[in-house]
Amino acid sequence: MRKTLTLATIAVALSLSACGRKPLETAPPPTDQTGIDPNLPPPNDEIGLTELPNQQAAMVAAAGSDTIYFGTDKFDLDDASRATLTAQAKWLIANPAVRASVEGHADERGTREYNQALGERRANSAKNFLIAQGVPANRLLTISWGKERPVATGSDESAWAQNRRAVTVVVR
Amino acid sequence: MNRSNPPALPMSKSKGLSTSARLKTRFDKLSVSALLAAALVSSPALAQEEPPPVEVEIVGGSVKAGTIVAVPAMPTPVDIPTPAGSTATIGRAVADVIASGLRASGQLNPLGPEGLPAYTYPQATRPSFPDWRQTGAQQLVAGFVEARPDGQITVGCYLYDVTTGRELTRQGFVVAPASWKRAATKCADTVYSRLTGEGAFLDTRVVFVAETGPKSQRIKRIAIMDSDGSNLRYLTQGEATVVTPRFSPDGSRLAYVSYQGRRARVWVLDLATGQKRLLVPGLAQTSAPRFSPDGRRIAYALSANGNTDIWIANADGSGTPQQLTTAPGIDTSPSFSPDGGRIVFESDRSGSQQLYVMNADGLSQRRISFGGGAYGSPAWSPDGSRIAFVRVGAFRIGVMNATGGGERILTDGWQDESPSWAPNGQFVMFNRFNRGGNSSLFAVPVNGGTARRLPTPQDGSDPSWSPLQR
Repeated sequence: MRKTLTLATIAVALSLSACGRKPLETAPPPTDQTGIDPNLPPPNDEIGLTELPNQQAAMVAAAGSDTIYFGTDKFDLDDASRATLTAQAKWLIANPAVRASVEGHADERGTREYNQALGERRANSAKNFLIAQGVPANRLLTISWGKERPVATGSDESAWAQNRRAVTVVVR
Repeated sequence: MNRSNPPALPMSKSKGLSTSARLKTRFDKLSVSALLAAALVSSPALAQEEPPPVEVEIVGGSVKAGTIVAVPAMPTPVDIPTPAGSTATIGRAVADVIASGLRASGQLNPLGPEGLPAYTYPQATRPSFPDWRQTGAQQLVAGFVEARPDGQITVGCYLYDVTTGRELTRQGFVVAPASWKRAATKCADTVYSRLTGEGAFLDTRVVFVAETGPKSQRIKRIAIMDSDGSNLRYLTQGEATVVTPRFSPDGSRLAYVSYQGRRARVWVLDLATGQKRLLVPGLAQTSAPRFSPDGRRIAYALSANGNTDIWIANADGSGTPQQLTTAPGIDTSPSFSPDGGRIVFESDRSGSQQLYVMNADGLSQRRISFGGGAYGSPAWSPDGSRIAFVRVGAFRIGVMNATGGGERILTDGWQDESPSWAPNGQFVMFNRFNRGGNSSLFAVPVNGGTARRLPTPQDGSDPSWSPLQR
């Protein structure tokens, strides 16, 4: 019963948010649409976000990179990161049909739970900058992978530097 | 020691029946009432019929390290086939498990069953002590495995002081043949507790994260196994990354973090039914779950807008979560005191990760770590007196007094993490990363000694030690 009510609530939210926007072509899952409050629970928690590899490649081609990097235990943005995020923001504004999952990561030299929190800090830094560049907040999600998804597998400073990052992932 | 003419059952001074015969009588009574729910029944009342054992070679409640305990194969009165092997086969296997368990304690030095002489069924209750003295053992674990008419087996477990010829304790277990290992483990726990004065810890399980695949694409599954590494099974199948599984205080549920749906959130899993659900509905990032000692609540960390705070929610999903910390920064890794009144957690509000204690309602937050450097992942000990932690930077496991101070470092790996206490408070389990990313489970005695690796078929991380099983 509770799930039914939740679905009904989201259906209402969907139809409201769709007003004045392009009409719904089919009956898409709510995350397909822009303007949806990301704090609304999904109709089914089993269904997650879907990556969009083609749009991801397009954003990388336009912005130069989907990734920014951080210092050890840091979450502030340097000039290179700001430049990358500025270009990402332009692409996101020009492509309003997708959302972005800003995903924070940490290197392996930290405890697991602290790194989960640290990754969220990094993702939030990037998200706030994208918002400041004009990307609607309701199109941005943040996720922390902590140290679960290293891109560099070594156990040295050069690998750790590559893993302290935030990645903008295009999703629907 | 195998006598060609085994003596008749002992007609000891005070008893008309042999102890084994009395065991059987008592077990028959127990089987009527007590075998319904549990596969395994102990008979503590038996010990009360004996005169209290004399404390021998036991000073201050603990034996000297390295006390030699003979664990010969247990005999059977009649070798009868069972679905789990013949009773004689089980008798040897039971002794193997007991010896392994005592060895795992690091506090006792088991001898056998290999290389020890056999003995007869009647000698389980009347050992030939002069013969056992010749083995060099100070204690003897004797017993028997006997088939019952109802298809179950009786495992008798007796601990003797060889030097004085006194019985120190006994326990009997009626189990399905397939559950012989639990009876053996309970026997080892009985022996360990009687000889060391510490609580039992062997008849426990461990839940952890089994890791396979390359470091950049790790597949992580929640696995559960007996504390000796046997009976491993997987509770999740790797479809989503999972971390930090934690037992409920009664061992019936787990709280853990899953990235199911590409979102890090706390889930609660019922082990009996396999049903799982989100602790808190919605999209918020939640992590670091731990049950309260009464099992009714779960403290966890919620991350939003670059800030991580500690919250508490009812474990059954009812009610509204309450926020316990509000400091800017990262507050995470809550762990309850055993009375449920307080929570230890880590916070970087001072600029680096440090340990803090607060009341379970969030009031009276105060820092307890002042040793220099940084601290994380606190875990409150079962007796409430100590906190295990990770020394951040060096990544070693340590313990300190729950009031702060008295800090000792217990391990020396490249990166040791995720401390979890044994239910008797004598050991801390943790995972050790090697440079390169491989991870194994270890347990280290808190009062000094070497960390012991737990056998797991793949890499393991994030262990949680169950309470003692009933």
